[in-house]
Amino acid sequence: MGQKPMESAQTNRGKKGDGKSAKLSREVQARLGQQLRAMYDDVVNQGVPERFTELLNRIDGNLNKDTQ
Amino acid sequence: MDEQVRNAVLGAVPSLRAFAISLCGNVDRADDLVQETLLRALANIDSFQPGTNMSAWLFTILRNHFRSEYRKRRREVEDSDGHYAESLKSQPAQIGQVEFTEFREALAQLPPDQREALVLVGASGFSYEEAASICGCAVGTIKSRVNRARTRLAELMGIDSADEFGPDQATRAVLASGE
Repeated sequence: MGQKPMESAQTNRGKKGDGKSAKLSREVQARLGQQLRAMYDDVVNQGVPERFTELLNRIDGNLNKDTQ
Repeated sequence: MDEQVRNAVLGAVPSLRAFAISLCGNVDRADDLVQETLLRALANIDSFQPGTNMSAWLFTILRNHFRSEYRKRRREVEDSDGHYAESLKSQPAQIGQVEFTEFREALAQLPPDQREALVLVGASGFSYEEAASICGCAVGTIKSRVNRARTRLAELMGIDSADEFGPDQATRAVLASGE
């Protein structure tokens, strides 16, 4: 806990949107990345829900009809 | 349809869903968005250039469709987080429940431009160049959006340095995995 480092995000709050945000530490970036991927991969690992294979089957079945 | 096309399309579905959920914050709407994307893509399959990245092509269609249709509706279903949580099969073992919930809430608060850039680069595994092409903007724009997204996420989660993850988080991680 304790002291905030000098390069904290807080020091940059005043100049939001200039694209030159304070550099986050590697650890913070790694942690955020890990959480983002965990969330994303959780969905990816659900695989292909049946409705999508069925959709493609239906399109294949209707190939001679209008599929738009 | 061509077997190769079919496999490539189906193969892209899991990550298209993950991307769509991150865009619209609701699983049912995300699945509708993916379905509409597949219908559009297959109706225009002739415009796909064989040998190029099918996944990036589908992401582009999904993203543009979301921009033109879904975003007008302004995330009207704001109970998205609860809904999203229900859809999760499992809690990622290495991340504490509280932190994971905080993260999802923070991500949902990011401006859409920043969120999509962060997800494409940080989770979907696209290069900055591919992400720029998907979003129809310059590579530098994507880089700055990703940076701002990270900084904003850290702010929203109250993380100013690695210290904030502290022993408490580390202990939780150990407890979660050491079971």
